[in-house]
Amino acid sequence: MNNILNSSTFFGMFLTLAAYVLAVAIKKKLKSSLINPLLIAIMICIAVILAGRIEYDTYNQGAKYISVLLTPATVCLAVPLYTQIEKLKQNFRAIMAGIISGVLTSLGSILLMAKIFGFSHEEYVTFLPKSITTAIGMSVSEELGGYVAITVTIIVLTGVFGNIICELVLKLFGIRNRVAKGIAIGTASHAIGTSKAMEIGEIEGAMSSLSIVVSGILTVILASIFAGLH
Amino acid sequence: MKYLKQMMIILSVSLVGELLHELLPLPVPASIYGIIGMFIMLYTGLIRVEQVRETSSFLIEIMPVMFVPAAVGLINSWDVLKSHWLSYVTVTLVSTVIVMAVSGLVTQAVTGKGGKGNE
Repeated sequence: MNNILNSSTFFGMFLTLAAYVLAVAIKKKLKSSLINPLLIAIMICIAVILAGRIEYDTYNQGAKYISVLLTPATVCLAVPLYTQIEKLKQNFRAIMAGIISGVLTSLGSILLMAKIFGFSHEEYVTFLPKSITTAIGMSVSEELGGYVAITVTIIVLTGVFGNIICELVLKLFGIRNRVAKGIAIGTASHAIGTSKAMEIGEIEGAMSSLSIVVSGILTVILASIFAGLH
Repeated sequence: MKYLKQMMIILSVSLVGELLHELLPLPVPASIYGIIGMFIMLYTGLIRVEQVRETSSFLIEIMPVMFVPAAVGLINSWDVLKSHWLSYVTVTLVSTVIVMAVSGLVTQAVTGKGGKGNE
């Protein structure tokens, strides 16, 4: 199978889009909010790759052209954020308080669990940037001497998990304010969570987008301080 | 032409973000320079929302699909994770839930005093 597909550009692109379209169709058919299209699309792609004994590189040869759109798509997050600028101004103090407390909680909870699980210093700093966007997280991990490949894995896992679980967590903790919902999703699970916040609503999406930027920058500064604590 | 022009504007901001990433010695990726740059352009009126509206809505709508390839790449991470996977996954999941709850609750508590009508 690999031989035929080795030089294919469109296999990876097609599989990714087809898996997502199928996942959305499944969600519609079953009418359940518990079904997450992103997770199902990932599972379909992995199942096809494993069943066909296809190398990830063969898949990614085409799929990478979809990933390339991430930078322009992230740039576009500024548009809903600008449209919601009044909400941002009205709630400025609350937004900053929420993001700062979230970043400190992220770093603090990792410090605590690193001690509980007996992580080495290298493992600990690998986890510190787990809630921020991949490109910033990689450079933080690298700078502090972490395992960059594991950091990337953990960041993606954090985002996908945040995307899947956010509606349940918000409900469970009684977070109903739309600004607070967006800040919670973006601070905990960066751009992958934000793509879910955008589906929930424009205010949620805009606030989640803002959190990616602010929490990313704050983490760069604070992670170097936290790195000295374990 | 409309979509072509909109895409051109979005790509030009992305390009500037990429150049800033290359030129400045900061750990800030192109996408973050880009989102800040686009916000400034909209705020100062150099770009109007109408000039990018449809294409930006489209790109944001299809954003989840863009994360699929990276997540599928997790199958290659098994070798580095397998010896510690349980503690790694536990730390990741627990801290994500705690961060979400704390940042949401703090934001909600502070807005509760000033801004009403957000529910």
